[in-house]
Amino acid sequence: MTNNELLEVVQSVLGSDILGHEEQYDALIIEIAPKDVLRIVSTLKENEALSFNFLTLIGAIHYPEDLNRELCVVYHLHSWKNAIRLRVKAFLSIENPSIESLCSVFDGANWMERETYDFFGVRFENHPNLTRILNMDEMDYHPMLKQYALEDGTREDKDDRFFGR
Amino acid sequence: MGKIEDLQVINGEGYQLTTLEQAVGLARANSVWPLPFATSCCGIEFMATMGSMYDLSRFGMERMSFTPRQSDLLIVAGTISKKLGPVLKKVYEQMAEPKWVLSVGACASSGGIFDTYSVLQGIDRIIPVDVYVPGCPPRPEQIIDGVMNIHKLVRHESMRRRYSEEYRHLLGNYEIEVTNAGDDK
Repeated sequence: MTNNELLEVVQSVLGSDILGHEEQYDALIIEIAPKDVLRIVSTLKENEALSFNFLTLIGAIHYPEDLNRELCVVYHLHSWKNAIRLRVKAFLSIENPSIESLCSVFDGANWMERETYDFFGVRFENHPNLTRILNMDEMDYHPMLKQYALEDGTREDKDDRFFGR
Repeated sequence: MGKIEDLQVINGEGYQLTTLEQAVGLARANSVWPLPFATSCCGIEFMATMGSMYDLSRFGMERMSFTPRQSDLLIVAGTISKKLGPVLKKVYEQMAEPKWVLSVGACASSGGIFDTYSVLQGIDRIIPVDVYVPGCPPRPEQIIDGVMNIHKLVRHESMRRRYSEEYRHLLGNYEIEVTNAGDDK
């Protein structure tokens, strides 16, 4: 199934729930409203023609310049039956990065949502245990947000002159 | 047996005299039981060091101790993330005195290339280190050299060192209590 055919099917299933669509690296991407994510992903999973039965990935991207849509939550869906993939994006504001958890639809969403919370601070509502998973528990910020430096601030042996900064 | 040259001895007819301290040092240095705390590529190099090609057992070290309670030397080989830091410290605290620490590779010694928010920038931020082995990763020869330096420290360590105020102060810097100094002062 080509992306155009896939888009037609997805459009016939979701209708006006699709806010936009694009294609990147041969992958079809649809944008949806964050409040509908649970319903839409359930529909994509249950629908006979699509049956996206596997949630490959949940991640996020931080776009600090995009006002009120700074955080993008990305879902990669995969249909084993039809051998097709779909990316679903939902944009959140950084002030209130809250979105419904998918744990009731995909058990595998549990850890991926914890990871996304850990690194980006996205709050997944109704998640059974939304705590940090990879970083140390004492960490008091979400390190993949772009206002935070990647480097460890306590290192003393790095002289900027030798690193071109 | 280890080298006996750097030991002060008195030779007599059919006997040899030395101080108890030096005899204990010799015994300790030739039966160091290591605890390998290997997390990444330095760990692989350490495995090669243990294997038959480089053969760490030549130095009385073939018995890897995977429990901290029965080991003398903590070999930290590899990147230690900040999340793993408290685990490493607990392992160190559980080792009985006397204990030594060998930091293998750039990551364990300084954070190495991982200058990032999640990686501990050198294990000497949480536990005292006796010998550092540079390299990314170091070759087995370098690790053996580090072990030789540990042996030198062990052989010449005063039996009273672990009870000293300086040692208590050193561990105090890391907020570690000297647990088995006991009343033997």
